[in-house]
Amino acid sequence: MKKDIILSGVGGQGILSIATIIGDAATRAGLNLKQAEVHGMSQRGGEVESGLRLSDGEIYSDLVPLGSADIILSMEPMEALRYLPFLHEGGFIVTSTTPFRNIEPYPEEAVRAAFDSRERVIALDLDAITRTNAIPQSANVVLLGAAAGVIGILSPEQIEQSIRNIFAAKGEKVVEMNLKAFEIGREYGSRQ
Amino acid sequence: MTQIKLLLGDEAIAEGALQAGLKGVYAYPGTPSTEITEYIQHAAAARDNGIHCTWSSNEKTAMEAALGMSYAGCRSMVCMKHVGMNVAADAFVNAAMTGVNGGMVVVAADDPSMHSSQNEQDSRFYGKFAMIPILEPSTQQEAYDMASYAFTLSEAEKLPVLLRITTRLAHSRAAVRVSTAPATPVRREVADSPASWVLLPANARRKNAALTALQPRLEQLAAENPFFKVELSEKASGKGIVTCGTGYNYVMENGATAAGYHVMKIAQYPVPAEQVRDFARRCDSILVVEDGQPFLEEQLRGIVGGDYPLRGRLTGDLPRTGELNPDNVAAALGMRRTPAFAVPEGIVPRPPALCQGCGHRDVYIALNKVLADYPGAKVFADIGCYTLGALPPFCAIDTCVDMGASITMAKGAADTGLHPAVAVIGDSTFTHSGMTGLLDAVNDRANITVVISDNLTTAMTGGQDSAGTSRFEAICIALGVEPEHVRVVVPLAKNMDEITRTIREEIEYRGVSVIIPRRECIQTLARKRRKEMSKNNQQTAK
Repeated sequence: MKKDIILSGVGGQGILSIATIIGDAATRAGLNLKQAEVHGMSQRGGEVESGLRLSDGEIYSDLVPLGSADIILSMEPMEALRYLPFLHEGGFIVTSTTPFRNIEPYPEEAVRAAFDSRERVIALDLDAITRTNAIPQSANVVLLGAAAGVIGILSPEQIEQSIRNIFAAKGEKVVEMNLKAFEIGREYGSRQ
Repeated sequence: MTQIKLLLGDEAIAEGALQAGLKGVYAYPGTPSTEITEYIQHAAAARDNGIHCTWSSNEKTAMEAALGMSYAGCRSMVCMKHVGMNVAADAFVNAAMTGVNGGMVVVAADDPSMHSSQNEQDSRFYGKFAMIPILEPSTQQEAYDMASYAFTLSEAEKLPVLLRITTRLAHSRAAVRVSTAPATPVRREVADSPASWVLLPANARRKNAALTALQPRLEQLAAENPFFKVELSEKASGKGIVTCGTGYNYVMENGATAAGYHVMKIAQYPVPAEQVRDFARRCDSILVVEDGQPFLEEQLRGIVGGDYPLRGRLTGDLPRTGELNPDNVAAALGMRRTPAFAVPEGIVPRPPALCQGCGHRDVYIALNKVLADYPGAKVFADIGCYTLGALPPFCAIDTCVDMGASITMAKGAADTGLHPAVAVIGDSTFTHSGMTGLLDAVNDRANITVVISDNLTTAMTGGQDSAGTSRFEAICIALGVEPEHVRVVVPLAKNMDEITRTIREEIEYRGVSVIIPRRECIQTLARKRRKEMSKNNQQTAK
């Protein structure tokens, strides 16, 4: 079994933290993993992408091939669409619906139209969700929670344990906040 | 005992070097090499064993310090991005002439596709130029294993060894099996042979002859490298692939051996010519799959002869520029994939930009305001976050070439009478390669205005210490800039009148002036605050 996941967003939105959590869970589960990151100039408010490959067999390429991703997990709606050529026909998009408007003009209509005609999309208003639940720092973990059902190769419990591991150094309050965020995300994910 | 760790290729090299008994790492930050040094800086083993790991001012000082450490009998590593090799080249090439005492490994991280660089140069050419062994790992595990192999090789052959990686390996994470055995720095006798280490022509000629004579042996060693391999396909089709580094991963991802290709994977250079000739005889044609410039392909052409059907980047079977990926390699293997979905229409690029609240923004706003009154003005900028001043809304800079070129290019332009010639350089870039240029400008009384945009850090690569922090006024004055023309401002919107007035005054001054807008990088500041917050959180929890 293998899962190829494209993580995308805008520099600074925390997609690498999602990768770190999944990476920890996958390693503890004895899965093979490759995760290609982007560092440097592209982090400055530009588009960022990280390919995450999980498998119980050998993984050769660090990069996800075209048409082979099972999930696009995106912190920003337009950034989800940018990587569509990597998604296979039955793949899922799990995305925030909150646009990150640092370009002028932001193609609001094009983004909406592209999502209107798509199936297998789990869309979350991360802005509203994190505001209502007072978890402003944990939008990325809410998104991860929403994807927990489609990741498949790892159980939600395995991911929860990794959230504890990864945030432990930041104190129990931060751990609790992120576990709550994950739970909220799972609820939204299971509704769609 | 061993343990599994999830490591970037960079981190795997660092871990391998620590395991090999490293005494010091020397480096200037540069994407995609930065994380090697950072990993060692954070390693408990480095603290316990007193391993040197603070940043160097530039790649040349780093290379020389590493050579000094080797001279003194310890194992040293020097890490840089590919263009750093240009800065360090003098020391690098001559270190091959002196040879080494303690093992010395040079890590060059190339950046095909220029994710964060200004060119695609392939560091393997430097290794060939210096006539030393080059290692090229394919995976994170090989990166780890090759680090200690590199030190052994270096000490055995008494030569520096170049370890070449690319962005995809440097910045991709995978599980690596690492040793948990405690390692302590290796220490040999201090070198004691001026005939080897004093490169007077008489000595250098002898060393050059010896290094040249060693080449057949180095070629043989490349064939004996434990990571060199030939995988023969059971469904032999007569087609062969010679590959290396991450190229091998894309070949295997596409199931090349199952599809009938024999595969040769090169892990060390000089190219083992005899093995390549044998392999070529087994095949009817060869596809060369290598990330970077056609280094291997050009040499293979010479080895297999002009008539042999050899394909690769030079023949257009693979793209001539840009990095390899599983898809362009699939196409070269005749397995082109068509994606199910296209990027929808209307999706636009999102280029990187200076952060909101960044001091460089205020610098460019002020510069643009003042220079609007000088139609002939040119702004010579440099390498760093502030290069983004080239993009809208600022469009504030006219050049960006290499580390330090802002000051010297402004000076050269001013020598023709061009005015105002403004240089914009960051604090870390200034101490890397700007100071000597400023001395040239002072000695010629060049009519330039230098803006050292000081954010107290090396921001572009993630906020490493900057070598000259809190000493810039003193450095400029010591280099001979008139003290009254070294001006400091705080780049904030509320100070805009003062900043623009200062710039105008210094442009009007006929001579070298330096303006230092100084305000901490907001990313570094935010990181410090987060660190404090989590510290407080933990204390509250206790």
